Amino acid sequence: MRALFYSRLMPIAAVAIIAAVLPVYFPSAYYYRVAALVFVYALAGIGLNLLMGFAGQVSLGHAGFIGIGAYAVAVGPTHLGLPTWLSFFAGAALSAIVAFLVGRPILRLKGHYLAIATLGFGTLLSIVFTNQANLTGGPDGMSVPRLVLLGWAARGSETWYWISAASFVIGAALALNLIDSPTGRALRAIHDSEVAARVLGIDVAQKKLNVFVVSAVYASVAGSYLAMFNGLITPEVSGFLRSIELVAMVVLGGMGSIVGSLVGSAVIVVLPQALSFLHDYEHMVLGLIVMGVMIFLPGGIVPSLTALFAGRRA
Amino acid sequence: MKVFQRFGVTAVVGLIGLLAVAHQASAQVKIGAVLSVTGPASFLGDPEKKTLEMYVEDINATGGVNGQKLQLIVYDDGAKASEALTFAKRLIDEDKITAMIGGSTTGSTLAMIPVFEEAQIPFISLAGAIQIIQPVRKWVFKTPHTDTMACEKIFADLKRRSLTTIAIISGADAFGKSMRDQCVAVAPKAGITIVHEETYGPSDTDMTPQLTNIKGKAGVQAVVNTGFGQGPAIVTRNYRQLDIKLPLYQSHGVASKQFISLAGPAAEGVRLPAAALLVGDKLPENDPQKLIVEYYKKTYEQRSGGQPVSTFGGHAYDGLMILVEAAKRAGSWDKAKLRDEIEKTKGFIGTGGIVNMSPTDHLGLDLTAFRMLEIKNGDWTLVP
Amino acid sequence: MKVFCKKIWLSMAELLQFIFSGLTVGAVYALVALGFTLIYNASDVVNFAQGEFVMLGGMTTVFLGLAGVPLPIAALIAVIATVAVGAALHRLAIEPARGAGPVALIMITIGASIFLRGIAQVIFDKRFHSLPSLFGSEPIRVGGAAILPQSLVVLSGAVVIVVLLWVFIDRTLLGKAVIATATNRLAARLVGIDTRRIVGFSFAVSAAIGAVAGILVTPITLTSYEVGTLLALKGFAAAMLGGMGNAIGAVVGGILLGLLEAIAAGYLSSQYKDAVAFLVILVVLFAMPQGLFGRANVDRV
Repeated sequence: MRALFYSRLMPIAAVAIIAAVLPVYFPSAYYYRVAALVFVYALAGIGLNLLMGFAGQVSLGHAGFIGIGAYAVAVGPTHLGLPTWLSFFAGAALSAIVAFLVGRPILRLKGHYLAIATLGFGTLLSIVFTNQANLTGGPDGMSVPRLVLLGWAARGSETWYWISAASFVIGAALALNLIDSPTGRALRAIHDSEVAARVLGIDVAQKKLNVFVVSAVYASVAGSYLAMFNGLITPEVSGFLRSIELVAMVVLGGMGSIVGSLVGSAVIVVLPQALSFLHDYEHMVLGLIVMGVMIFLPGGIVPSLTALFAGRRA
Repeated sequence: MKVFQRFGVTAVVGLIGLLAVAHQASAQVKIGAVLSVTGPASFLGDPEKKTLEMYVEDINATGGVNGQKLQLIVYDDGAKASEALTFAKRLIDEDKITAMIGGSTTGSTLAMIPVFEEAQIPFISLAGAIQIIQPVRKWVFKTPHTDTMACEKIFADLKRRSLTTIAIISGADAFGKSMRDQCVAVAPKAGITIVHEETYGPSDTDMTPQLTNIKGKAGVQAVVNTGFGQGPAIVTRNYRQLDIKLPLYQSHGVASKQFISLAGPAAEGVRLPAAALLVGDKLPENDPQKLIVEYYKKTYEQRSGGQPVSTFGGHAYDGLMILVEAAKRAGSWDKAKLRDEIEKTKGFIGTGGIVNMSPTDHLGLDLTAFRMLEIKNGDWTLVP
Repeated sequence: MKVFCKKIWLSMAELLQFIFSGLTVGAVYALVALGFTLIYNASDVVNFAQGEFVMLGGMTTVFLGLAGVPLPIAALIAVIATVAVGAALHRLAIEPARGAGPVALIMITIGASIFLRGIAQVIFDKRFHSLPSLFGSEPIRVGGAAILPQSLVVLSGAVVIVVLLWVFIDRTLLGKAVIATATNRLAARLVGIDTRRIVGFSFAVSAAIGAVAGILVTPITLTSYEVGTLLALKGFAAAMLGGMGNAIGAVVGGILLGLLEAIAAGYLSSQYKDAVAFLVILVVLFAMPQGLFGRANVDRV
């Protein structure tokens, strides 16, 4: 039993080691920033992966929750006078509540209908953020005060690299824990067949709602980090295209693989930076890469590559 | 073991990505530019990029500045503030630029200001909002007219025509909203009352519902449309479709002759504040800007493959030239000296107007930099 | 009394104007939704590149026109080119990934739409363009409201396409093969239908519909290399509203979505019109989880 537990957590330990060692190779603060962004988005990806990869649902509006977390740490200190850390938790709580309220009716839908409903929901949030200018600063967004904990201000790409890497490791460990728990097994059962799961006595609606709420909280935390790291927030962070990027991260990296969220995030964040020398041809190449990966590695990068290696050994 | 495979895969993918952003060293002076070349603001970023590339090439062909050639490094932020910030850090930490021209949108500019202030690199912004230079920041300058100035110019013209109650229809994008906010702020002082407002999404294709509401509102004497891109063209067409006879004012976001061809016959009689760049051929011979705007227009239209000149490209030209002139005066590319000389820019004749900067004014344009234009017979004419 | 009557007349005129606006925009959504439905029916793939077909139709026509080709020929070439793109998309991107799950396939179409946008930005340019209207730009005045003749062209175009599709599906052998493939792929193959060709064909027809929609609509909505994204989104929403897989539902969904947006913009708040449209979609889906005309999914246990 313990062996199983350890072998599940080993990839996370591996990631932790890489995260600790990687900065040795960073020539400048820019790399810290990119890596920090990778971890932040990967954190949101974990949540979405739980929802899509394990529970088999789909959400095309998850950037909306990122937006809630991000605007919470902006609006809280600016308009409500709350300290940043409190706004951070308030944002996560708000995301959980919204997910709970919206989740119940939305999760009754299936497949493409669920996709469009979540898309609509995400778009609604995005529109609110864009138009409620007195609260959110409108399309130009608003600035976010730095996170200050006991007199120490979290600023700079290096600080945020460590914060986001550590958060990712913790978040991943929690997610893996969830997957191994009875709830996790119930989710996987639901993924395979909702009817069979119900027959086994699993409260399908409840479990789906739970994982939806959990994934919303992950996204909210990631959004708050993003806002505090950047020092400002704009509504496009919660837009439809960002939701699609998030889904792409999860699918490219590998649904059902927590480490896959990290790989997917690395691809989505680093690729535009790496391809910037292509200028006008960047989007063409990006599209080709996305198509190529999905055609040749349909399970996602991590599962397909591990299957490849495992196959060779056998 | 499965674990190490996952480890290996993660590491390989990660390292490939990071290694791919390696840069080469160079002894040239590096000028950075983060522009919105693609995405919703490509209307702004694309002419800006073309302009900068054209003129850096020309400058290098004549030997560079202060004996050094310029290397232009352009990144595309797709009008996303977070990407702009990442590229800004890349320019500072990796590419080690000496000066920065860019930030097509206000959002991107505001995101990048803190990093350039901290790195103490002169930053000439190409975005519109007045918040960029107010409060004045040591290292931040800008070349485009502020949206406040556009509102003031429009209101002054309205007063001259004895029109005092207006309706505003604005695009929900950053440009449209920012200018609408400024118009609302300066209206009382200008003696203008805004009796009705409507908005439209920047990608909307039909504004007849909003215009119908404006048409139905009693007491509206004129309509002001703040926005950029295709929105104003569609608003103008819908305006004519609904047979609204009230005077229509567009904003400087309309920026190029293409607006006239897109809006078609509906554009007759529309007025807007714009840089002299659009009416180079109509300027009197003794107008100080005439030479420069005709030169820029000709060069841009020739070398961009026939695209009509745009005031956004003009702002990029002004930014680059102000930088180059400042470097020449300073005699070196030392960042602090560069900044001081930029601030001392006086009498610079650009496409946007005559620039006179000072420690309290990092824009340097006044209302005369804007000309009031009216569209007649499918062409721009100057309103006297 | 006279004032009262005038007020009613004016509000009626306003409502009529909103309806015209909604119908114009809705017809575009309807055509995009129809394209979605066609491909989905034949292959269970939701093709997010559908919006790019519309963009390609309009932009190609514009650029061929600028190069001197007479517009009708330019339009024809544009449709053929877009059909080729659609067929290529199927043959090169969807077919090789046949066995992959639905999410992977959707991701492929998303990658394709990014790719097509990237090509468009290089081959064309980043500005906005228009095409001349078929019957001039003088609006037709009806009951105090104005509708552009081109709107009527788009609407009738949508009707014609739906009718043609219906005739094709109902009266030709190829049409029957499409229905067979949509109903049960395995069974269709067992009776000797080359399902791969049928799916490719549906991509081609979808691309043609998209291209025609783009050409008809550009005189009203203008076009640029980026118009595809939002159209795909709205078209997908319309298709879901009407019930995925139902052609009539797609058209009704599209028109309904357009009307909702126009009415919301006119009477409620122009800022939140998109929000209202999506809210209504959400409410409809909560009440009718299969969309307006969708079939109830029967799960085999």
